[in-house]
Amino acid sequence: MKKKIINMTLDGKRLEAEEGTTILHAAREYGVHIPTICYLESLSPYGACRICVVEIGRGNGNTSLDTSCTREVQEGMEVQTQSSRVVRARKMIAELQVASAPNVKVAQDIAARVGLMKVRFPMDDNRCILCGLCIRMCYEQMDGKALGFAGRGTGRWVTMPFQERPETCRLCRGCDYVCPGTIIPCQGVKEPGELCGRCRPVEEYRCCPNSTFGCFCEKNPL
Amino acid sequence: MRNIQSASDLHQWREEIRSRQRLEDGVVYVCGGTGCQAYGCQKVKEAFEKELKSLNGERKIVLKYTGCPGFCEKGPLVTLHPQDLFYQKVKPEDVPRIVEETILRGKVVESLLLEDPAARRKILSSREVPFYRSQTRLLLENNEFIDPTRIEDYVALGGYGALSKALLQMTPEEVIGEVKTSGLRGRGGAGYPTGQKWESCRGASGEPKYIICNCDEGDPGAFMDRSLLEGNPHSILEGLLIGAYAIGASQGFIYVRNEYPLAQKHAEIAISKAREAGLLGKNILGTGLNFDVETAQGGGAFVCGESTALIASIEGRTGEPRSKQVHTAAQGLWGKPTNINNVETWANVPLILQRGSQWFSTLGTERSKGTKIFSVVGKVKNTGLVEVPMGTTLREIIYDIGGGPQNGKAIKAVQTGGPSGGCIPASLFHLPVDYESLAQAGSMMGSGGMIVMDEGTCMVDVAKYFVHFLEEESCGKCLPCREGLRRMGQILDGISAGKGDSETLPLLEELAGVVADASLCGLGKTAPNPVLSALRYFREEFEDHMVRQRCPAGVCHPLVRYSISPEACTGCGACQKICPAGAIEGKKKKPHHIEGELCSKCGSCRDVCPTQAVSVC
Repeated sequence: MKKKIINMTLDGKRLEAEEGTTILHAAREYGVHIPTICYLESLSPYGACRICVVEIGRGNGNTSLDTSCTREVQEGMEVQTQSSRVVRARKMIAELQVASAPNVKVAQDIAARVGLMKVRFPMDDNRCILCGLCIRMCYEQMDGKALGFAGRGTGRWVTMPFQERPETCRLCRGCDYVCPGTIIPCQGVKEPGELCGRCRPVEEYRCCPNSTFGCFCEKNPL
Repeated sequence: MRNIQSASDLHQWREEIRSRQRLEDGVVYVCGGTGCQAYGCQKVKEAFEKELKSLNGERKIVLKYTGCPGFCEKGPLVTLHPQDLFYQKVKPEDVPRIVEETILRGKVVESLLLEDPAARRKILSSREVPFYRSQTRLLLENNEFIDPTRIEDYVALGGYGALSKALLQMTPEEVIGEVKTSGLRGRGGAGYPTGQKWESCRGASGEPKYIICNCDEGDPGAFMDRSLLEGNPHSILEGLLIGAYAIGASQGFIYVRNEYPLAQKHAEIAISKAREAGLLGKNILGTGLNFDVETAQGGGAFVCGESTALIASIEGRTGEPRSKQVHTAAQGLWGKPTNINNVETWANVPLILQRGSQWFSTLGTERSKGTKIFSVVGKVKNTGLVEVPMGTTLREIIYDIGGGPQNGKAIKAVQTGGPSGGCIPASLFHLPVDYESLAQAGSMMGSGGMIVMDEGTCMVDVAKYFVHFLEEESCGKCLPCREGLRRMGQILDGISAGKGDSETLPLLEELAGVVADASLCGLGKTAPNPVLSALRYFREEFEDHMVRQRCPAGVCHPLVRYSISPEACTGCGACQKICPAGAIEGKKKKPHHIEGELCSKCGSCRDVCPTQAVSVC
């Protein structure tokens, strides 16, 4: 059966998307980048990291932020992926994320991508960012059901039932494979608490704005 | 117990109970609410049982162990009928005297009466109590006269009359229309129009449909849902039954949090009694309505008051919210259409049906109708449950009903709506209490907690308390709430220790703004309200901490210094004896002084000083 086509706008441009697809999916099809952390195409969306928030309007002047990975497209929806409200939220989320887990590559990558120059919170060193990818991988793809969250709030952690490896775990290492915490940042963070910033977009380099190939000055050596 | 199969059965049953009650010589109502139980009302009840037994059937006196009428400050409460006397702070030792003098001889025990502080006279009847007099008690009224474990008490007061009216004289659409025109809005805090909620659930496709009563009241200092469910559980059941008929639901749940064992017990007893009487189950009142209710016990998580987390909890999963793009009215419990309302909302439904939506909409303001129960706690003379029409000003609630400041210190602010609400300063006490006015002032109605704060309360400390509370109670699923609240807590800890610079408050505000904007559920979205409202109205207190290194209220330990005034000190040595750190030195009958380095700032010396010579700065 052919799916219904939804008309919506994305950053002011009109586009069509199939009913039932998410905003994130529609945006990616049209080549609009929205950063994600806890999203993986083959797994169900979770909406926990909130870095993929977009501003959604319904044409009546009221807008709200929602995660593009969970929100499905609707007729007449007006989506902003780069509005000041989105950028403000995204930057703060990236700052919170990198401050809690500076040695996780995806946290540093996102921080660089949103152009974060300084972290205003004391840095921690968590290796698990509680994105829940491993749990969903185990549950949905490997049919292992061996992992889950335990605890609440800041005391939340990923564990196995009764902290023991259940029989359903076949040691497939699918959890390891998707875990962003197992990948160390590109060149490693030398000092605890520093921003890596090596893949920060070229235009974000404030010191040499005219150089074509990025910045090579002393402040930002390659 | 009899089986009710039609409206005339119900009517007949009611008449029988009433005629039986007319034969009684008197009734003793002992409050058995959780508040009075803490004062030891159980012992009072037992003493009454013993004393009444010793009357040897001379008089037919009935003892009723009722729910909470709301005046917890003066518990244990005892009301006597037909003498119409109101005794407060009753101890088990007083019981023989009450039986001897009041019940047998008809005399008044003066010492147990409440004194009206304004008029300086003793109050006889509960109707004259100033705390009750200024209230409009529609929902709480019956708590005083109902034994929650007896369905007969509720039926005798006209209970289940609204149900028979709805089932026999109205169509489901008419019931929804009636609720809609009444203007009833959700009492859980958000204030969504109840009729509209019901309508969208009725219109949703999918069978069976579920309805849920949300009694996961977790706000610090709020206990109106508990008192309603504990004191008058059948009114909630009747509300649920009417809702089930209007929505087309076949199963209901009462979700009670773990910390409310008495509410859970009373709800379960009420359900089994109603089932026995045929008011729950199949073919209710012979109309073909099939509906049953179960209780579901929560694990005590604050976040489970959020509808999607509550549903997850009933389903047996971890209590975590999900994205709400599909409303629970369309896809809720086990993927079926589900309608969730707060305890107080359900309790309002029988009232509306019985007295009519026109009557209901005369109460309250333009957009907020009916009454609202607030639990007034903190630094006021009369704490307890206060039921007033919407639109009553904060001043009336705090000063007229609450009795004003407790110990002479001026009232500074009131915190409404629990951790999701904000602090409203005394300069805005003229505000009427309704959904819109409170939201405009940066707070919210919430479930109705009201914590009154005086000059001895530090606003930084209050903000810190609520942020740490929410940090603990956040489920931890989404990053802005989990990490954002933790960082806000860190910043506030710093401020209360005098750390911070010109960038601290803007950072706090920016962070609070993002947490409110980007969080997944209502908990995170409203979590920064206490901080933002404190910053809005009491910014100078934050600056006092950071810039001038002082806590004006004398609460934040690192910034406080205790000292003894040499003029006022008589050298009695009381402080020296109590000081756990051994920081007070001085000879007998000579002024003492505090060694600043040893002082642990516990405040014991200030509490024991007979001449108020110890001061905090």
